[in-house]
Amino acid sequence: MKVLVPVKRVLDYNIKARANADGSAVELSGLKMSMNPFDEIAVEAALRLKEAGHAAEIIAVSCGVSACQETLRTAMALGADRSILVQTDVELEPLAVAKLLRELILREQPGLVICGKQAIDDDSNQTGQMLAALLGWAQATFASRLEFTPGAARMEVTREIDGGLETLSIALPAVITTDLRLNEPRYATLPNIMKAKKKPLETLTPQDLGVDVTPRLQWLRVAEPPPRKGGVLVSDVAQLVDKLRNEVKVI
Amino acid sequence: MTQILVIAEHDNLHLKAATRHVLSAAQAVGGPIHVLIAGFGCQPVVASASQLPGVGQVLHCEEASLAQGGAENLAQLVASLAAEYTHILAPATAFGKNWTPRLAALLDVAQISDIIRVDGPDTFTRPIYAGSLWATLRSSDPIKVVTVRPSAFEAVPETGGAAPVLQRPGVSDSKLSHRTQLTLTQSARPELEAARVVVSGGRGLGSAENYQALLEPLADKLNAALGASRAAVDSGYVPNDYQVGQTGKIVAPDLYLAIGISGAIQHLAGMKSSRVIVAINKDPDAPIFGVADYGLVGDLHTLVPALTAAL
Repeated sequence: MKVLVPVKRVLDYNIKARANADGSAVELSGLKMSMNPFDEIAVEAALRLKEAGHAAEIIAVSCGVSACQETLRTAMALGADRSILVQTDVELEPLAVAKLLRELILREQPGLVICGKQAIDDDSNQTGQMLAALLGWAQATFASRLEFTPGAARMEVTREIDGGLETLSIALPAVITTDLRLNEPRYATLPNIMKAKKKPLETLTPQDLGVDVTPRLQWLRVAEPPPRKGGVLVSDVAQLVDKLRNEVKVI
Repeated sequence: MTQILVIAEHDNLHLKAATRHVLSAAQAVGGPIHVLIAGFGCQPVVASASQLPGVGQVLHCEEASLAQGGAENLAQLVASLAAEYTHILAPATAFGKNWTPRLAALLDVAQISDIIRVDGPDTFTRPIYAGSLWATLRSSDPIKVVTVRPSAFEAVPETGGAAPVLQRPGVSDSKLSHRTQLTLTQSARPELEAARVVVSGGRGLGSAENYQALLEPLADKLNAALGASRAAVDSGYVPNDYQVGQTGKIVAPDLYLAIGISGAIQHLAGMKSSRVIVAINKDPDAPIFGVADYGLVGDLHTLVPALTAAL
C-alpha cells in the first residue's frame, strides 16, 4: 500500500505573525518557515505504518511556491520515499489544494492519505475533509489512534471529539487527519538529511493537472485584534476575592 | 436576497447550545432562517428547535443513516438541500468542523471557517495564526458555507418562536464509516464552552492527583467547568476534551482562572476573549500575566486552597 502525506510550508510556530505594512496580507518575507506541526504528526503516522510493514511507500506532496521543496526535503529526511511539488505562486485556498491532491491521488492510487487536521497559519481545518469529498472516500478527522489490519477492507480510527473520544470503522481507501496526540514526531538525523537530498522530487504545475486554482475569497484586510488592556498583580488571596466580588462582580 | 440554513448540533435528545450562538450569527447576516435537524429519534430536538426565536422553518430529516452525525451522510444530505439557500451556517465545534468542508467541496465553494464577526452578507472576519491576526474576507461564491465560533456570538433565547416543522427525506447510508465506540467524559459540571466560570490547570499542577485535589474543590465552589492547557492534557492529568486553545476548545466565560498555566500563544488563542482573566503562577514573567486582569504570583499549592476557602 502507498501512503500519501500532504505537507504545508508555514510560518514557524515560534514566530508571532504580523500584518504587512498596508494591512492586506500576513508579512512572511525573511521569516523562518517550517513544516506545519500537524503535518509532522501525519508524516510520523505514515512512517509507523511503514515500519510495521503495512505501507510499502510514502509519498510526500506539497502545493505552493518553489521553496516548498525544503518542506518536502524535510519529509524525505524523516523517511518519506519520494515527493511531488505542485508549484504555483498563486495563494492556494484549501479547495484548490484538495483539487490538486485529488488529481495526484487518481494518478498514484494510494491506499491511505494522512493529513494534518489544520495548518497553523490560516487555521482553516478544511483540506482533508474536502479531499475525501472530492474522491467520494471515507474520512476520519482529528485522529488520536489508528488501528490498521493488513488485508482488511476497513480500518479503525479513534477521534478526539467535543465530549470525549469516538472510534470509527472506515472503508479504505480513506483520508485521515491527525490530532495532537496521535504520536510524537521524530527528528531528522544528519545522515538522513543528507540522504534526502538524493531522493526523487518531481515538480508539476496546476496546469499539468488541469486544475483551476483561482482564489474564491478576497482578503480585504489583515489586522491585529484589539489588545487586551494590561491587568494588575494582587498581593494576596483576600485582595483577589475582593476585586472579583466588588470591582468586576463576577462572583 | 439571502436565505439561510443553520445546521443544528444535537445528540438526538438535546439541542446543543452552540446552535443558538450560530442563530445569532445568522441574524447578523440577515434574511429568512431555516434550521435543519438531521438525526434519528430526534423529535425532542425538533420540538426545541421550533421554539427558537427568529426561525422561519424547521426542516426535520429522520433517518437511521443520520443517527451518529457522520460526515459522509450529513454532508450529502445538506448538499441535496443547498440549492435553496445562499448561506449554510454551522458551529465551529468538533461536530461542525468535521463535515462542513465536505459539504463545501461537494458544492464546489470555498468555506469560511470559525468566523467571529459578520461584516456583511458576503464578508466575514475570522482569526488566523492562533488569533494573532484577524482576517476580513469576502466570498464570491453563490453559496456561503460558514462555520461560526460560538463564543463570539451571544446565544439567542431558547424560546419565543413557533416555527412550523417540515419533514424532508433523508439520504441512504454511504456505508463509508460507522461508529464502533463512543467514550464520553462523564461530568456533572457545566459544559466547558457554555460555562460562566472556567477553572483551568496547566503543567504547574505537577500531577493528575494535584489537578483533582486542588481544582475540583475550587470549581465546585464556583460552579465552574474544568479546562486545561495542552501540556496538562499531554501529561495525562485530564482527558483530551478538557483542552482549551488554538486546536482545542475556544471559551469566553465571564471568569477564567488560569492556574499553573504559563500562557503559550496557542493557549491564549482559546481563552483571551474571556471577560475577566485571573492567573495564578509562580513565575512572575509568565506570559499569562500579560493577558490577565488579576495576577497572583506564588505557590499554587497554597494559594488555590486559600482561594477555595475564601469563596
